[in-house]
Parts: sequence; C-alpha cells; structure tokens
Amino acid sequence: MRLNVTVNGEPKQADDVWEGESLLYVLRERLGLPGSKNACEQGECGSCTVYLDGVPVCSCLVAAGQAEGHDVRTVEGLADGDTLDPVQQSFVDAGAVQCGFCTPGLVVAAHDLLHRVPDPSDEEIREALAGNLCRCTGYEKILDAVRNAAATS
Amino acid sequence: MIPFDYRRPDDIGTAVATVTGNPRAAFLGGGTNLVDHMKLGVAEPELLVDVTGLTSRDIERLPDGGLRVGAGVRNSDLAADPLVRERFPVLAQALLSGASGQLRNLATTGGNLLQRTRCVYFQDVTTPCNKREPGQGCSALEGYHRHHAVLGASRQCVAVHPSDLAVALAALDAVVRVQGPGGERTIPAETLHRLPGEHPERDTVLEHGELITAVDLPGLPFGPRSRYRKARDRASFAFALVSVAAALDVAGGLVRDVRIAFGGLAHKPWRARLAEDALRGRPAAPDEFRAAAEAELADAQPLRDNGFKVPMARNMLVSVLTELSAEDGAA
Ligand SMILES: Cc1cc2nc3c(=O)[nH]c(=O)nc-3n(C[C@H](O)[C@H](O)[C@H](O)COP(=O)(O)OP(=O)(O)OC[C@H]3O[C@@H](n4cnc5c(N)ncnc54)[C@H](O)[C@@H]3O)c2cc1C
Ligand code: SF4
Ligand code: FES
Ligand code: FES
Repeated sequence: MRLNVTVNGEPKQADDVWEGESLLYVLRERLGLPGSKNACEQGECGSCTVYLDGVPVCSCLVAAGQAEGHDVRTVEGLADGDTLDPVQQSFVDAGAVQCGFCTPGLVVAAHDLLHRVPDPSDEEIREALAGNLCRCTGYEKILDAVRNAAATS
Repeated sequence: MIPFDYRRPDDIGTAVATVTGNPRAAFLGGGTNLVDHMKLGVAEPELLVDVTGLTSRDIERLPDGGLRVGAGVRNSDLAADPLVRERFPVLAQALLSGASGQLRNLATTGGNLLQRTRCVYFQDVTTPCNKREPGQGCSALEGYHRHHAVLGASRQCVAVHPSDLAVALAALDAVVRVQGPGGERTIPAETLHRLPGEHPERDTVLEHGELITAVDLPGLPFGPRSRYRKARDRASFAFALVSVAAALDVAGGLVRDVRIAFGGLAHKPWRARLAEDALRGRPAAPDEFRAAAEAELADAQPLRDNGFKVPMARNMLVSVLTELSAEDGAA
C-alpha cells in the first residue's frame, strides 16, 4: 500500500508498505526518523513512544495500516529548529541520559505529562513514566529532569 | 510474524460477515494484545479486520442513570470520563491500575475484555499449553504458577484472566452487546468469560465472528461508593496477583446492598455471590466482611506456589469494604 501519514506537521508518503508492519518500522526504516527506538516490540518498555493523534502510544504495536491518514509526532518533532524543547534540554542538563536508548520515549512521555499536568507531583511523574523502562540511570536523574523541566517551563 | 492481509471495512455488517466467513480472520482493536501475540507466534491470523473505525468511541447516558460505552472507546478515555469517575469510580480505578499510559491510549474496551491470559507458557510457543494447542498438556500445573488460579480451575488449565476492566464490569452487572452473523445479542459481563473445564482453548462464550459493539453499565445508586484494589509485584505497570472490585451500600450500620468481584483468582472475573449474599442485612463490620470473604474462598484449591492468594484476597476484601463503609458512614 501507499501510506499517507502526517509526521511532525508534514504530510508524508511511503510506498510499498505492508499494512502489517509496525508504525515504528515505517518511521525508522522508511521515513528516516530513527529517534524512536526499537527495543522490546511488545509494549513493555516505551522506547518507541510517539504521539498518535496527540496522545502517546507504543508505536511498535500500531499496525501501519492503522496509521493511514493519521497524525504522528516523534521525538524529532519536539525541538524548534536548533533549540531543544525544555524537556529535552533538562534531560541533557540533569544527566538523565546514559546509553540513551530509553531517552526518546521518556522525553515524549514527559513532554505529554507536562502538557497535561504542568506542575506534577513526584507520584504523578512516576505513574506517567511507568510505561518507560530505563536499564541504566536508576531513574533518579530522569525524575530530576522532569522536575526541572516543570520548574523552568 | 507470518504475512497477513489487513482490511478496514466500511460497516459493521461487512466486518462481521468477513470474520465469520474466514476461520483464520480476527478483529483488530488497538492491537496491544493481538499484535503482540502475532509477533510471538501465539496467534497467526491470515486476515485482520480493523474495527477501530467502526465501533463507537462514545460514552452515552442511559435513562436509568447508567452508561453505554462503545467498544471502540479507548481505555484512557473511559478512565478519564467525568461521568464514569462520578458514577463508577471502581471502573476508572481498575483501568488506571492496568498497563501504561501509552498502552491505555491504544487499548479499546472490546479488545481489553478479549485480551488473553498472561500465563508465560501460553505466550511461549516452545512449551506445551492446552490453551494454545489443546491436548498438549499444561506446563503451569507443575511449573511456574505463582500468578495462576485458585478458584474454578481444571486439570486442563489453571490460567487466570488478566483484565482489570473485566473485574470491575463483572461487579457492576454490566452487559456486553454483541453483533453476530445472526443479529444482536446481549451477554452479562459476569458470564462473558468461562471456566476452563475441558476446553481451555475457549476463553469466552463468544462465537467466532461475533463483534463486541458496546458495554452497558446499568445505573447503580451506590456506584459512587465503589473501589478497585490491586496487589502486584511492583507498584505500577504489572498484572494483578489479586484484585478486588467492590461497591457498598450501608444504611443504619447494616449492609443494604453490595457488589464484589475478584481478579487474579480464576479463568474469569470471579463475581463473589456467596460473599454478597452473606453480607446483605448484616452489620457493616470487619468481622462480618472477613466471614463473607472466607465463605467465598472456602472452595479455593491453591497450587504449590500460589497459596498466598487466598489470604491476600480475603484481607484485601476486608480492607476495601471497611474503607467503603467508613466512606458511607461519613456521607
Ligand atoms: C506490557 C503490557 C502490560 C499490560 N498490563 C495490563 C494490566 O495491568 N491490566 C490489564 O487489564 N491489561 C493490561 N494489559 C493488556 C491491555 O489492557 C490489552 O492488551 C488491551 O486492553 C487490549 O485491547 P486492544 O484494543 O489493544 O485489543 P487487541 O489487541 O486489538 O485485541 C485483543 C483481542 O480482542 C479481539 N477484539 C478486539 N476488539 C474486538 C471487538 N470489538 N469485538 C470482538 N473482538 C475484538 C481481537 O481479535 C483480539 O483477539 C497490558 C498489556 C501490555 C502489552
Ligand atoms: S495454565 Fe492454561 S494457559 Fe497456562 S500452560 Fe496451562 S493450559 Fe496453557
Ligand atoms: S519497543 Fe515498543 S514498547 Fe518496547
Ligand atoms: S539511559 Fe540506557 S536505558 Fe535509559
């Protein structure tokens, strides 16, 4: 099929897409957007998190056919040109990135949280990020990053 | 994953006819369970019929104070709905205790009810499992079965149903609306799922090709005094070891009415009718709650490693009802 999908505000087309491949695969392998990461492919880790029609989802479980005609925003679409989004900047500043594999998904999940709840409690941050696993940082720096982003934005 | 075809039909009738006519076709909701199973080789449909554009995404008011929830309503939208939170807090709490935000945003009401067990052997195609391949034997019986059933199991299968939503619906006397090749029918949520018996390959009473279109929640005056509690191995993002959904109506210190269902104990949400009957008309007091819980759990038959579930279920019910009765008295 030819897949039509709006990605980071721009209408995109991909040809020869099999409807059954994942949205994550389409983004990474066909549209040149490798920001979203492919780790578990089972909804367990959150590293593939993207916005679909404005809500964060695990793109590894979305069939490409289901994305036809919909709106996707990836981690690449958060920055404004060379200026990082405040959430991205505070991940850098707080040292919340080690290997970086979990980072894009966490950034999107945190971005969504701060959009919904500008001043979240620690409890709210933990719950909102529960679907994102990190095997390096122990999460403390990630919590710092989200708290700082909330304080500065 | 084996190749498959994907279709988005224009109407429900076509969707039902398409799946009915092809034993290897399946409906597709949010895909969070089915797509996962296709990757694991647990499910191998040759045709997916996407119904997310067909089933309603609306939550409508019913004249009796209840609500009709379209099968396409996402778990996140259902949990956030102001009327659901006001009239049936147990339902919103059950949903929010399940999965993660990224999954609830995809998962649909219909798909949630029909998600399959998380038994590790069911999900591992290299191990024998009667639910996946009838006649192979049950690896969990003598294997890893901490999460498995203590009520209503058979020698064929000791799996539990994993949905938190289904437990709340069973407690609330919800009714599942189904469209099949022969027309519409309704099924009480409590009887949608079945016990394994000799046919563990069948999770529910639905026939192949029957589509869930909506779930009706009848009005329940004491619905606002309801609660969901879930014990799991970590604080968030894990399936239930044991869960309880309860609603309580107390008048003059006596239990006027009560609804109770357990999750994590059986192959289906376990509606605790014995406990409910034991409590009606009795004092709303912890020792009564405890006796009722014990009556319900008297037939429990734990496996080698899941005996902890019985006292856990009892204690959880006592604490939830005690909290609800305090809330009731305060109101
Ligand atoms: C990591 C992880 C953690 C999770 N944790 C929890 C948890 O703690 N608690 C919990 O309750 N759930 C949990 N879930 C499960 C999740 O809630 C389900 O996967 C989800 O609700 C399924 O809904 P869906 O729309 O994605 O279904 P799909 O995957 O699309 O479909 C599931 C099944 O339902 C059928 N189907 C779908 N819609 C219909 C319909 N309208 N009529 C008839 N058949 C239909 C499909 O054919 C398929 O067999 C978890 C899932 C994951 C991946
Ligand atoms: S408990 Fe049921 S699902 Fe698990 S291995 Fe046994 S038969 Fe399969
Ligand atoms: S890759 Fe999608 S949740 Fe892990
Ligand atoms: S930084 Fe390595 S997984 Fe999180």
